[in-house]
Parts: sequence; C-alpha cells; structure tokens
Amino acid sequence: MMRFVDEFRDPEIVTRTAEEIRRLADPDRHYRLMEVCGGHTHAIYRFGLKDILPDNIELIHGPGCPVCVLPMGRIDDGLALGKRPEVIFAAFGDMMRVPGAHGSPLEHKAVGMDVRIVYSPSDALKLARMNPDRHVMFFAIGFETTAPSTALTLMRAKAEGIQNFSVFCNHVTIIPAIRAILDSPDMRIDAFIGPGHVSTVIGCRPYEWIARDERRPIVVSGFEPLDMLQSIVMLLHQLRQGTAIVENQYKRVVPWEGNPAALRAMAEVFELRPFFEWRGLGFISQSALRIKESYGAWDAERVFEVPGVRVTDPKAAQCGEVLKGVLKPVQCKLFGRECTPERPVGALMVSSEGSCAAYYNYEHRKSASARPPATAGV
Amino acid sequence: MCLAIPGQIVEVLREQRDIAVVEVTGVRRRVDLGLLEDDLPKPGDWVLIHVGFAMSKISEQDAAEQMRMLAILGEADAAMEEVRGYGLEA
Repeated sequence: MMRFVDEFRDPEIVTRTAEEIRRLADPDRHYRLMEVCGGHTHAIYRFGLKDILPDNIELIHGPGCPVCVLPMGRIDDGLALGKRPEVIFAAFGDMMRVPGAHGSPLEHKAVGMDVRIVYSPSDALKLARMNPDRHVMFFAIGFETTAPSTALTLMRAKAEGIQNFSVFCNHVTIIPAIRAILDSPDMRIDAFIGPGHVSTVIGCRPYEWIARDERRPIVVSGFEPLDMLQSIVMLLHQLRQGTAIVENQYKRVVPWEGNPAALRAMAEVFELRPFFEWRGLGFISQSALRIKESYGAWDAERVFEVPGVRVTDPKAAQCGEVLKGVLKPVQCKLFGRECTPERPVGALMVSSEGSCAAYYNYEHRKSASARPPATAGV
Repeated sequence: MCLAIPGQIVEVLREQRDIAVVEVTGVRRRVDLGLLEDDLPKPGDWVLIHVGFAMSKISEQDAAEQMRMLAILGEADAAMEEVRGYGLEA
C-alpha cells in the first residue's frame, strides 16, 4: 500500500496515523487540502502519500515554488541586463535551466554571457569584491525563506560601500498568493497545509485571517511523512468540529512569532510592490518585494534600464491551470511529451518542487513502464 | 531551492561575530549568523542553513532527521553541492 513505509521514522506511528485519518474523514465528503509549499509537494510524491490517504482526500499543490511562479518576462528582463558587457549575471543553480522566451540562463552562458552559479547571495557579493572592474547582478528569487538573506547581503554591501553590486529582486510573499487562491472562483479549498520554512521567518500570525475571515483551517507543517499526516489529522479534526484556527505542527522549528531578526532585515531593505505578476495567478497586488530607495544604488531596476518584457507562456502549456490545481500535471497536453524534466517547456517541470517534475519523476516514470498514465479527474 | 541543510556550529569567528564555521557531514564552510543575531548560536549548537545563512536553531535529533529526510528526497547531493559551493571555494 505505501511505497516507502520502511524508510519512515516510526513506521508503526505512521500506520496508526493513516488509520486515524481514515476514521476522521467523513466518507460522504470530499476534502480538498492545499499544500502551499513546493517542498511539501515534492515530499508528498516522493513518499507516495496519496497512496495511503483515502480517495476522498485530495491534495492540491499550491503556488509555493519560487521558480515556478516567476513569469517568463522577468527572466528575459534579467537576461537582458546580463547581456551588458560589464555585468556578471549571478543566480542560484535552480534558475539556470528555467526557460526565458529566448532561452535559459544556461543557454545564454553557452553563447558567451557571463553567467555564474552562486549558492548564497553573500557569494554574489563576494564575486563583486573579487571583480572590481565588473558589475555583479544577483538575480534574486524566493519567498520569505530566502528574502532575509538577500536583505542582509544588501545591508552588508551598503555598509562596506561596495559599488559594483546590485540585486534584480524577484522576491515574492506567500500571503497574497493564498488570498488570490481563495478569491479565485475556480478554486475550492477546504483547508491548508501551511509552509514550514517560510513560517520560520514570518511565524504563524500572518495566517490568522485565513482562519478568522475565510473560515479555513490551516496547520503549519513539517516535511516528514509523519509531519504531514499529523497535519492532515489536525485539519480533519478542525473540519469535523467546524472550527477554523491556525495550528503549528512544526513547533520544533517554527516559532509562533517567526524570526524577528529576519523580519527586521526585510523591513530595512524591502517594501511591497503595488502589484507583481505571478505565473498562473496573474497580477496580484502587494505580493512581491522591491528594494527601498535608501538601497537604490544596489537595485538593478534603478541602476539599469529594465526592458519590462511581458511574455505569454507557450500557448499549449497549461502551467497556470496546473499551478492553480485546476488541472493535474498529466492533463496538460505537453506533459511527458514536449515537456519533460530533461527538456522543460514550463517552469513547473524545472524545479524538483514543481508539481509537474515531481509528478513526472515519481508517478509518470513508474506508470510509464507498467501502464499508460491515468487521467485523473479534477 | 528551499533546501534547509542541518549543520553544527564549529566556531564563531572572533573578529566577525556574525560569521561561523559550520560542519555538514564532514564539510566545513562559513555561514552567516546575521539572521540569528537575537540569539546567536554557540559552538556545538545545530542550525538549519539556507542559502548560506543560519535560519533557525534545531536539536541534534532534528538535525539527524533532516539529513535523513534530504537523503530520502534525493536532495542530499544537492545539499552537499550547495554547502561545498559556499564561499566560492569549490
């Protein structure tokens, strides 16, 4: 029944928790639970959690994969700046294969652009110190997990007076995306599995409106199978009792108030953009961060002229519908044919946290050898 | 992208108190402690590291579980590649 039960910590408790879920789930009801975080999505597929959940509990994959929600135009904007002869384009490895309209950063590197992989924003700053005659532009992505590190790096750049460094900021915030999902007429979500590592920074309070105003339970969850199953138990208890509160299953890592030092760094450097485009969700107001004027000398969007490219996704690709959970990955016309992890068309196929890549790696490869992929109902 | 890598603090630099040497399964690299400045970890403490910054303190047991979790998810190699890459020394 469960593929990886032997690898679990406390397999007996896992089995007992799975039984409890079966007991708590009302057989006459269909549950749609959204895991907001891409890390959860990856773990759900890897552990085959769907195999142990009753059929009437459906897990909807949320927007919490930073690479996946970045609109293609931002990649093209960043690459346009990277083409300037003085610029070194620095980004995390995850960005390297993400396709822009005219190729990925890696493909641009192959034709001579100076593209460097860094593992930390502070290493992009170090690159600037090492190359005083060049300008290092760090292509920043990520939710609140990553944004504080960029903020602190900018604070260090300012304190040191480093002139040849800037950040092309694509940091996004998770709360407005959840609001957009709840406001979307084709989304019907009963409850949320809240993100783990984002919450180490923002804490649990920012989710309170989801429970209070939208009457949806939300449980901040860890990433182990037992964590996620326990979070589902907590959600089912709430749904059964008709309550809606914020609960924290991941207390061993997530403080209720978050990380004040990280929040201070973000407040020092960033402010909210009036609106920002999300792939699949469209423009969402106050959903992304930009660099404050006081750090303008390190803001690539002020230092350089940004083309402001807007690109519509390839027509046949249905990334948006998949991202919103309206379609399953296999229901996209390109899935597993034109679009594979080896040759991704859409971003959901690039990152291991993207639902298409996760589905492809754990479901499609398995079923491709045994039987044709089943078309799941929505 | 959102890898959280467990590491043990080996040494907090004397001249730069917001930088520490951490060890992740035998590999030692410098990480930034600036995001934990309210409650700086000490040598021997375990932390979760994300993009070169210590994000939160965790217990030794949770560190071991997190490492095992990364291995099961097939992300242990990526995590070690990330750690080795810190400081542009790889």
